[in-house]
Amino acid sequence: MSGKTSYELTPAEARLSMAHFYVAFLALFIGGIAGLVQALQRAGLITLPGGINYYQVLTAHGVLLALVLTTYFIIGFLLAGVAKTTGGLVSGAKRFGWAGFWLMTVGTILTTITILTNEATVLYTFYAPMKATPWFYIGLTLVVVGSWCSGIAVLINYVRWKKQNRGQITPLFAFLTVATFILWFVATLGVAIEVLFMLIPWSFGWIDTINIMLSRTLFWYFGHPLVYFWLMPAYIAWYVCLPKILGTKVFSDSLARLAFVLFIIFSVPVGFHHQLLEPGISAGWKYLQVFLTMVVVIPSLMTAFTLFATFETAGRQKGAEGLFGWLRFMPWGDARFLAPFIGMVFFIVGGASGIVNASNQLNQVVHNTLWVTGHFHIPVGTTVALTFFGVGYWLIPYLTKRVFTPRMNKLAVVQSLIWALGMFIMSAAMHAGGLLGMPRRTAFTDYQGMAADWIPLQVVMAVGGVILFVGIVLEVIIMLNLMFFAPKGQTEFQLAEVDTEQALHTPPVLERWGVWLAITAVLVVVAYTVPIVDMIQNAPPGSPPLRTW
Amino acid sequence: MHLHRYERIWLMIGGATLLAFLAVLAVQTFALGLAPPSDLGQACLTSPDELAPPYNQPGVYQVGENEYDVVMVSYAFGFDPGTVEVPAGAKINFKATSKDVIHGFQIPGTNANMMLMPGHANTVTTTFDEPGEYLILCNEYCGIGHQAMMGKVIVK
Repeated sequence: MSGKTSYELTPAEARLSMAHFYVAFLALFIGGIAGLVQALQRAGLITLPGGINYYQVLTAHGVLLALVLTTYFIIGFLLAGVAKTTGGLVSGAKRFGWAGFWLMTVGTILTTITILTNEATVLYTFYAPMKATPWFYIGLTLVVVGSWCSGIAVLINYVRWKKQNRGQITPLFAFLTVATFILWFVATLGVAIEVLFMLIPWSFGWIDTINIMLSRTLFWYFGHPLVYFWLMPAYIAWYVCLPKILGTKVFSDSLARLAFVLFIIFSVPVGFHHQLLEPGISAGWKYLQVFLTMVVVIPSLMTAFTLFATFETAGRQKGAEGLFGWLRFMPWGDARFLAPFIGMVFFIVGGASGIVNASNQLNQVVHNTLWVTGHFHIPVGTTVALTFFGVGYWLIPYLTKRVFTPRMNKLAVVQSLIWALGMFIMSAAMHAGGLLGMPRRTAFTDYQGMAADWIPLQVVMAVGGVILFVGIVLEVIIMLNLMFFAPKGQTEFQLAEVDTEQALHTPPVLERWGVWLAITAVLVVVAYTVPIVDMIQNAPPGSPPLRTW
Repeated sequence: MHLHRYERIWLMIGGATLLAFLAVLAVQTFALGLAPPSDLGQACLTSPDELAPPYNQPGVYQVGENEYDVVMVSYAFGFDPGTVEVPAGAKINFKATSKDVIHGFQIPGTNANMMLMPGHANTVTTTFDEPGEYLILCNEYCGIGHQAMMGKVIVK
């Protein structure tokens, strides 16, 4: 049953996913313009017109790309895959799917308006005591609640499938999707508490002061698993879709499931590695969470192994020999493979620099410098982005009943290479600049001449940023083509089969979600209870709302 | 559940490397006292902008034969005192807080880097081997003047 399905999505199901992709790529375009503007301003190449400041643009860039583009694409992709592998979406799932879409979209529009009117120039991390208008937080709340509805849609379908297929192993795509949404529900709990019980009442003036450490801690409890909410759908594309593009099967059904369960457990109780230089948290608790952070390397190594094994297997099936013979047999000219593959290569660097960031006192060298910006543009801006683009090249024509023409494929190959070039230049310059001490999230300045020799490196970053923007324009062109203009035809949903022999050996414990949730809960309690109680009991006086822009 | 032999080796090497690195970090943190800035002290009285000693009297204080405390208050958008003078080769403890929003405190060219939260004290210690002028910058977005927020350390 796993992976083999002849169900094709109905027009209604296609419409639901496509709605998400329209918003996602619109967000990509606007967020990309913001990024271009930032890169040029920070290099001193342009000055912003009156009425808009760097930090508004930066807030828009973060919200639109890190929250909107990602969430919408993920939901569009996962709903399609769940429909495909569980025999279609039931009406309850479709209803929740649309409710989620509309809640998120109203929230996105509301949040964007507050950003554009300079009422929420607080960046996408919205740290107190900088206070945005309450409508900013309410907009973000709607986005999160909307995403919960999308998650409920998936769970409704999953529960129905389990009822109708008792004793059978859940199709791999659906299982990995459920794992992703379980992570999302657990993660968003923290930011929901922060926003609903702290930021909104405080920003309306119903409570006078806010406990800053607690609000930050709740945010980062969410902020770390957020990146796994982005990565896990990319991993789904790698584990379940990419082998099909390569003409081979899923390498190991059970290892994919185990990896995702481990990602849930080890993404959550680790938020302190974003708070390593903060007062109010003792060194011991920081170290514990650093330890837990590093354990996520294990499922990451499992994923890396699976990928190389998949490539080698696919290569050998085509006649490859020797350790690296498979390299010659990969479909380098196929953007559906090339884009994710480039993403994977960049992830080696992105993962390594992430390990540096989380390495306790080593963080002091890089915290809040451009190194961090250089870092995260790789896993989310390259690995996840290019993988999602690669998925779009077959999923969107599948949904719009069009074809990905050879000409568009060539353009997509060019787009992938341009993206790689732009990101390499920009991110390398950011890593180097960060090591010199250049701060992140900072508009053009030379610190009264003391940092004049930093400016040339910022110009290099801008060069990278301009090249990336060209990449964004190309990507939008390709997507518009696949959505509206490509020739009509049939595109296959890229879903790899699981070896049926193998599937029999998948341990059922992997699907005992209660077990994994319990372990996660225990780890969260152990990692967070004492420091959080301390933050509440030994807090200094709370902070009133402040507007510093 | 079948784990391919190569995967088992791969994971064991990865896991062992990880444990080795984590052990190094543990030794540094707990045995060598090289933890990241993690001050638990309070820096204010009844509200974050009502500074408690020593923050109500920022400045440079000699606390040992070759050791100085530099007590600073950060605010949108500067540091108080804006310029400090310290001798080269001495142990300098930067003790700082914020009286309004969250700020950062970083001295490029050194490993001095810490977060300044209103109401909280934080400390980072460094030694300047070379005389010269060093920049203190705020590396945590704090508002419209964030890019102008700076201080100076003159090392003699």
